[in-house]
Amino acid sequence: MNMTATKIEVETATPAATIAPVVTLTPKRPPRTEAYARMARETAVRVIPPLVVIALLTLVWELVCRRAGSALPPPSKVFADTKELIFDPFFDRGGIDKGLFWHLSASLQRVAFGYSLSAIAGIALGVLVGQSVWAMRGLDPLFQVLRTIPPLAWLPLSLAAFRDGQPSAIFVIFITSIWPIIINTAVGIRNIPQDYRNVAAVVQLNPLEFFAKIMIPAAAPYIFTGLRIGIGLSWLAIVAAEMLIGGVGIGFFIWDAWNSSHISEIILALFYVGIIGFVLDRLIAGLGKVVTRGTAQN
Amino acid sequence: MTAYLKLDHIDKVFTRGTATTEVLKDINLTIEKGEYVSIIGHSGCGKSTLLNIIAGLTGATMGGVLLENREVNSPGPDRAVVFQNHSLLPWLTVYENVRLGVDKVFAKTKSRAERDAWVMHNLNLVQMAHARDKRPSEISGGMKQRVGIARALAMEPKVLLLDEPFGALDALTRAHLQDSVMALHQKLGNTILMITHDVDEAVLLSDRIVMMTNGPSARIGEVLEVPLARPRKRLDLATNATYLKCRQRVLEFLYERHRFVEAA
Repeated sequence: MNMTATKIEVETATPAATIAPVVTLTPKRPPRTEAYARMARETAVRVIPPLVVIALLTLVWELVCRRAGSALPPPSKVFADTKELIFDPFFDRGGIDKGLFWHLSASLQRVAFGYSLSAIAGIALGVLVGQSVWAMRGLDPLFQVLRTIPPLAWLPLSLAAFRDGQPSAIFVIFITSIWPIIINTAVGIRNIPQDYRNVAAVVQLNPLEFFAKIMIPAAAPYIFTGLRIGIGLSWLAIVAAEMLIGGVGIGFFIWDAWNSSHISEIILALFYVGIIGFVLDRLIAGLGKVVTRGTAQN
Repeated sequence: MTAYLKLDHIDKVFTRGTATTEVLKDINLTIEKGEYVSIIGHSGCGKSTLLNIIAGLTGATMGGVLLENREVNSPGPDRAVVFQNHSLLPWLTVYENVRLGVDKVFAKTKSRAERDAWVMHNLNLVQMAHARDKRPSEISGGMKQRVGIARALAMEPKVLLLDEPFGALDALTRAHLQDSVMALHQKLGNTILMITHDVDEAVLLSDRIVMMTNGPSARIGEVLEVPLARPRKRLDLATNATYLKCRQRVLEFLYERHRFVEAA
């Protein structure tokens, strides 16, 4: 009803020569606005519920911590206390008196370094254990025991070995995140369908070609599961490790804030740690999605 | 009459722990160049094992396979296989799946451009050139099997091994693909060995049908010549006396003398 009404109106308003394009345009327009509306609806459905929950929780937090003598600051006080840190993350007054950007980037660099090492070593060991029955028999029991050791338990040992905080922190990241990468890669390699191995055999791929053209793509979904668990664990480990080794880094920032009773700064730092952990996880998941485009569908 | 492919006293015994199962017993067969031979038998009779032995994917316990008088006991592109479930690599496009084998087989003898042209030539043979950039998940079952055939043909095998190539397809697609394979055999003159459990398919396509007894210890029970002139037409054969007689012989073998007994 509405549509026919506008159409007639348009037709009468425009000269005869331009009627044709107008007529082809009118049916196109409603679907486009509809698509926008649908997109907006979908976004709203996803964004509004968490926003409501966050608003409610903040309100409860504010009400609970507002009373005089409360141990933790309410959100309004957190914001007032940390305004400087939020709006100027780049200041650098030497030593560890730096903006949050510098602390976070120091932590991220350690994670990037340790995690890259563990990704390379983890995939290599996973391929070995997945491919060779003897390697699995020899190494798997060892892995199963070692992987249960808490990250921080490695720290004193690595401090003793490296005699320096920086490589020790990187080692802790490495040793924490390598196990899920090894184990998932090995499962992925073991699950390569016999069909693909037969194809490789008939075509006579050499071991290197088999690795690059069959193994890695076929096991990619598993490998990325391991990588995703690994990045989460390394971000968990870095905060704890940095609390102990000191220096620039978000972990020590939190510890330092606790020692100077800046509770609001701790809360702000936790907020950042959470967001960055989330982003790292999404990053690896997104990368996995791109890389396993073909395999995941099968 | 020279033996092109010769199966010489092949035995196959599977050993699991202390239990041994004899699957194949004393298989002897010679196949001439350009011949189309089908192996038919009930499921579980070891015909796929036999094909795997010829392909070199499984070793024979005794005896061996001779191709042009030379023993072959490891897989290779001279005995390309079309697998039952197509086995295309899902992360590669149709073109890349065929190219994988071509790049290996013709690494030294063909230039890049020639290899590209050869891949396209083979995709054209199976009428799949239009889907060159599609991934296996984007094409139908029949199309996947066509690509599987193109991949095998592109390796220029001495013997083309078909492992129940049409088993997973619906009847109409299957008939269509059988016609395609017949046309290809006519055009290229390949030596083809096909595993099947479909009597009509065996009679329609083959020069000879090898009938296997039931396992364990399956043997070759009978070999039937199919004296039908080529090219064969599916519709004409429906009433052809020779066709019907051959069909009858195979059916008798499978359902009277070697009826399928359900293994416990």
